[in-house]
Amino acid sequence: MSARLVVEACTGASSFQDGGRHGYQRQGLSGSGPMDRLALAAANALVGNALGIVALELGLGGGRFRLEGGDLWMALAGAPCALRVDGVPVPDHRAFPLSEGSTLAIDAPRRGVFAYLACAGGFAVPSILGSAALHQRAGLGGLHGRGLRTGDVIDGENASRGELGSFGIPGSLDPLPLETDAPVRVVLGPQADRFTPEAVALFTDAAFAVSHRADRMGIHLDGPALAHGPHGYNIVSDATVLGSVQVPGRGRPIVLMADRQTTGGYPKIATVISADLRRVAQRRPGEAIRFRAIPLAEAFALARERAALTAALPGAVRAHAASAGDRLAGANLAGAAVDAFADPLCDGP
Amino acid sequence: MTPPAIRLLWCGDTALTVEFGDRIDPVLNAAVLALDARVQAADLPGIVETVPTYRSLTIHLDPLAVDPASLETALLDLAGRPAPIRPPARVWRVPVVYGGAFGIDLDAVAAQHGLCPSAVVERHAAPEYRVVMIGFLPGYAYLDGLDPSLALSRRASPRPTTPAGTISIGGAQALVASIAAPSGWHLLGRTPVRAFLPGRDPVFLFEPGDGIRFVPTDPTRWDELDRAAAAGEPVAEVER
Repeated sequence: MSARLVVEACTGASSFQDGGRHGYQRQGLSGSGPMDRLALAAANALVGNALGIVALELGLGGGRFRLEGGDLWMALAGAPCALRVDGVPVPDHRAFPLSEGSTLAIDAPRRGVFAYLACAGGFAVPSILGSAALHQRAGLGGLHGRGLRTGDVIDGENASRGELGSFGIPGSLDPLPLETDAPVRVVLGPQADRFTPEAVALFTDAAFAVSHRADRMGIHLDGPALAHGPHGYNIVSDATVLGSVQVPGRGRPIVLMADRQTTGGYPKIATVISADLRRVAQRRPGEAIRFRAIPLAEAFALARERAALTAALPGAVRAHAASAGDRLAGANLAGAAVDAFADPLCDGP
Repeated sequence: MTPPAIRLLWCGDTALTVEFGDRIDPVLNAAVLALDARVQAADLPGIVETVPTYRSLTIHLDPLAVDPASLETALLDLAGRPAPIRPPARVWRVPVVYGGAFGIDLDAVAAQHGLCPSAVVERHAAPEYRVVMIGFLPGYAYLDGLDPSLALSRRASPRPTTPAGTISIGGAQALVASIAAPSGWHLLGRTPVRAFLPGRDPVFLFEPGDGIRFVPTDPTRWDELDRAAAAGEPVAEVER
């Protein structure tokens, strides 16, 4: 019998997400996938998985999960959360074993919004149109085409493959910076010319705040109104992209995210660069957000930097596991808080 | 015909929009669809997917596999070639039950235009429409070809929800909706056709460039057609 997690409680907006679904935006279906791609990769790296496989995305919430039918290595990365196994605290950003009959409790995050719970071998979530990622509006993907609920039972994909310890690397990726203080970098356009020059200047000078309308479709911002130019705020609909900063008639920007509408009829003043989408996603309602415009070439360079950082995660986990193992042979790994890999993860501007 | 003015608009580091104009125009849409086909055939490095709209083609890309300057050159070359308006590869016959509970705005639309409801139905069902964009939500098909005498600006306040399969008009545009969603358009009728149905092969029924004809259908046939569509039948027929 394979291991399975029984959801005894869950709060917030939780759904299964993997690297995302590609090729269907021309059919109106956005790509879904993680709100914080680096954190998904880190959670998977910690348990020895391929970086884009399906994990549970917890959105400003937590839960309680009981493991039945086997043992599993698990890890949580992204927004920092308090974890307990049968009441005993275990660290986040670190793989931990969960044995049959144990209960894992995850508190809502102390900072940030999105955390990712990965299990070694992955969760058995069916793939549809090439991805297991939930697209809530479309009722597609995830577990039964919807978010996680109390009473759900989640099967482990490969949990029957071996004994406890066969999977999982007891390394650390702590801390995974949330980067919520740094400005969010954008490339202006595609429709910056539909705004007054003053509005474009205001967009990069002013402080905005994440409003309470913030979800996987889009993050609505409060702040100064951005004035449209003489042609007004209606455009003939064109495509949106992940990170489009769309500005409807009343002038308050919306950053379009993973489950966004694929087309829209409002001008888009700028686009958040791919490397900084997680900064937007991890800001909570009420928190400040500033934008800084950078040239396209710099955005491409930062995308390459982020890809290199992501690709280095499994090696960082392994290296850390080895060094921690040398120094702390036999010791409780929960005490092995080594920051050796914090520096390469600090990719702020 | 004057070749459209082409603009390349970067959307951050993961997409580039080739814009042919900023209006609803079959000439622009033909240029978009021609470029879409050429980009797919050209097999350029780093292209993830393309999204044709009324007037532009957005190319989603992998920034690790794309050189921005080379991509711009290649796209300007492909976009600058002539793009005649071609007849659709296929035309769908889409059954629609108009009016009553199926199209709650039919009478109001008729009144605003000084027409009787049956005249609105006749004019709405007469043209062969083109799917110029599929977007907003999965399977939402935006159509060109609405009889200009039916054009009507959107409702002052959108409805928080409208049913799946809603057939509506907004401004000079016509729409086949797939799933339930908010809308500020005028609801003329409903089709049992599922433009988007997870679990069916194909999941999506229409493609940008397809032709659409609406077939007024008696409300007594709704239950039968709706059941067939829910079970995975296309219900819409391909005319040619």
